[in-house]
Amino acid sequence: MQTLKLKHLIGTRWFHWINFPLLFIMIWSGLLIYWAFPTYSLGPLHFFPDWFYNAFHMKQRLAEAMALHFFFMWLFVINGILYVAYTIISGEWRLLVPQSTSVFRDAWYVVLHDLRLRKDLPSQEKYNAAQQIAYTAIIIMGAGSLLTGLAIYKPAQLNWLAALFGGYQMARWFHFVLTVLYVLFFALHVWQVILAGWNNFRSMVSGWEVVHGNERTPAS
Amino acid sequence: MEMNEHRHPKLVLPEKEAEQNLKRRSRRSFLVGGAAAAAGIGFYKWVTSAADEDGVPWPQRRVLDANGRIAHAYLSDSHLMPTYSPEQVGGVKPNGNIGMEQPLAGDWHMEVTSESMEQPARFTLADIKALPKVEMITKFCCIEGWSGIAHWGGVRFSEFTRQFFKNNAPVPPYVYMATADEDYYVGLDRKSALHPQTLLAYEQDGKPLEERRGAPLRLVIPVKYGIKNIKRIGLIKYMNDKPGDYWAEEGYDWFAGL
Repeated sequence: MQTLKLKHLIGTRWFHWINFPLLFIMIWSGLLIYWAFPTYSLGPLHFFPDWFYNAFHMKQRLAEAMALHFFFMWLFVINGILYVAYTIISGEWRLLVPQSTSVFRDAWYVVLHDLRLRKDLPSQEKYNAAQQIAYTAIIIMGAGSLLTGLAIYKPAQLNWLAALFGGYQMARWFHFVLTVLYVLFFALHVWQVILAGWNNFRSMVSGWEVVHGNERTPAS
Repeated sequence: MEMNEHRHPKLVLPEKEAEQNLKRRSRRSFLVGGAAAAAGIGFYKWVTSAADEDGVPWPQRRVLDANGRIAHAYLSDSHLMPTYSPEQVGGVKPNGNIGMEQPLAGDWHMEVTSESMEQPARFTLADIKALPKVEMITKFCCIEGWSGIAHWGGVRFSEFTRQFFKNNAPVPPYVYMATADEDYYVGLDRKSALHPQTLLAYEQDGKPLEERRGAPLRLVIPVKYGIKNIKRIGLIKYMNDKPGDYWAEEGYDWFAGL
């Protein structure tokens, strides 16, 4: 006998996959906007070297990029709000949001386990502690992008919001840093998905996965 | 844990059936997913390659205009660009000089008209300076992303407008401002134009405007991006219909509000 389980709810899957291209478009158009005033560096690392803009034909596209950014922002924000509402209403948030302060210790054990420095994993429900932190943080980051975005979009009408982030240029910096964090999240996320394998990936598309482990009957 | 179980049902099936069940579900999901992806790509193609309206595919132009309407509704005389002290002044680049390629002529004057008027009225700098002077140190935001702080001196455009429309005559909903040759021109909504921080400026840092800064008279409108802060004004028209705008015709947002 074999056990199949509905791992990811239909709403979770749709909102996730709709978010993926929307976030990509927001980052892409954001980079085209950033090109017009590319001021950030990290030590010797300049965001971004000239070859980067040349390689992807990113120069002189400010008007096009602003139109794109302020078109797709609606879909990005609406999809994000619907996802959060869905997660709350369905009750799925209980699996995603850390329920105790031991989440940080457990997440550390998960990281050690993934680095093969620790044998056993802390007990978990659907998501391990590291996933809970990551998937909760990404929602807070999304809210951060929305708020810092509004602050740089309307620094006069929403001057209190810009002030909250330390002013117009600081809000712009936070908006940029959040974008860098999305890219890092994406890289780590895709790497983890590759490691987790087909059964896991398929469950993000169809919802269902094969349950292995203790629940496997001797016949299988 | 109990509460979460019912959302994540399990099926225990003989191995062969389980395999078929999973295959069936996967096939359906990947087909639906593929169709959705194709629809998404089609939507993006449509959004980015539909017929241009002022340099932007029309679906995006409509959304830019809708965003502008929302921002216009929220815009208020009490929502101000932050103000600063004189030692914080700096960082405002002069940038564009469209309409200012020729040196400033000695006999500068400005023509002002409204759609109901037959003859434009003529203003000299002395006429403008006769109105109550306002000084203001505000943030200036360029559409490129940089910002600076500038110290301006001039006349509130709302004050100028009040004097221009005698006897509380209604002010048309739009304002068009241009250089004398109309090489550079901006369109403004009345609410932004009459915002208390909108100035007809003739001084910067306590001195008459430099030529590259828009001498002798320029618009300073902190509730708009720098592109709307037109230099060397030669013409002002109060209009009933939405006026043209140099950069809006190059694909930028017409409202361009901050």
